[in-house]
Amino acid sequence: MEREKGSGGADLDAYRRAAESLLQHVEQGDAEAAQGVIDDLTHLRETELFRELGMLTRDLHEAIKAFNYDDRLADITSQEIPDARERLNYVITMTEQAAHRTLTVIEGSAPLAQELAEEGERLGERWQAFRRRELDVEEFRVLSRELDDFLAKVQTNSRYISEQLNEALMAQDYQDLTGQIIRKVIALVEEVESNLVQLVRISGQRLEGEGEQQPAQSASQQAAEAERARRGDGPAMPGRNDDDVVSSQDEVDDLLSSLGF
Amino acid sequence: MAADKNMKILVVDDFSTMRRIIKNLLRELGYNNVVEADDGNTALPILQKGGIQFLITDWNMPGMTGLELLKHVRADPNLKDLPTLMVTAEAKREQIMEAAQAGVNGYIVKPFTAATLREKIDKIFERVQAGGS
Repeated sequence: MEREKGSGGADLDAYRRAAESLLQHVEQGDAEAAQGVIDDLTHLRETELFRELGMLTRDLHEAIKAFNYDDRLADITSQEIPDARERLNYVITMTEQAAHRTLTVIEGSAPLAQELAEEGERLGERWQAFRRRELDVEEFRVLSRELDDFLAKVQTNSRYISEQLNEALMAQDYQDLTGQIIRKVIALVEEVESNLVQLVRISGQRLEGEGEQQPAQSASQQAAEAERARRGDGPAMPGRNDDDVVSSQDEVDDLLSSLGF
Repeated sequence: MAADKNMKILVVDDFSTMRRIIKNLLRELGYNNVVEADDGNTALPILQKGGIQFLITDWNMPGMTGLELLKHVRADPNLKDLPTLMVTAEAKREQIMEAAQAGVNGYIVKPFTAATLREKIDKIFERVQAGGS
């Protein structure tokens, strides 16, 4: 911050004038007048001291204000961000478990449904043959035993499948839980953002006096961006109008066919 | 002509759930010969060992990404013609073009459907067979 001392040419003149008149009074042997000049000089000095003190106080005040934000940010970085990271990891775990739970249901049920379909089709054909009077007594006896077995199997398999469907239904509860966690993390991110905006505002005021030099993108920022480009951005967020991003498989296909694919 | 149902397929994705979904979809399409890897670094040795006839890979993975894996594949004389399908959430136009330039044979954005997967696989093998004749 610029000190007003440098611009105090007027003050130096006042000192010089006072010194000259002090010397004059001393040479003339006028002790009383000399004393008066010294009093003026002291007063001059005190005024400057108070001004200095005022500026120091203002700096201190701003530093304390900034420190308050830093304090909250320190809290956020040391506690809440690691906490949020943990929560988000938990979201990954939960969604993974739910997906596996559902997939297990599908893997367990699909063959049973398939079995019913195939057996049903085969017995249906036999039944039609019986209706056309193409089966003899022994063949009909076999068919009726198979039909008994099949009806029993329909009951068992369909009961099992509906239990499994219930399990798949229940596995979807992760959405509620992860949704709540993610909402909390969003709230934290919003707080960090507003704190950062305030910090930038404060340091922006400080920088103004110092020639307002915007630092170029730091090496670590550049590295982070390069890494992001290598890794990719992850799923596109729905509802964000990003011209850069395709919004459907059709657009992917159009783009690729325009490239000769 | 459709693809050979017995061909050996390598599915590369860091999420085991996504590998499982793709594997189940493939099974439904009649492809039962599927092996898995969780990123490019684990996929590459499997590919180099030989026998893989079709590669399905994600892009965004820890370690080696799908795009880097694709570049390795295209640079390897034994693997350069391996049909490769990218199945990824990366949806930027420049990324799709980057994958195309690296020599990908098909590109599916997540979330996707079984029908899309079948369509892309069939299309890739139609072209491979047309090109090979």
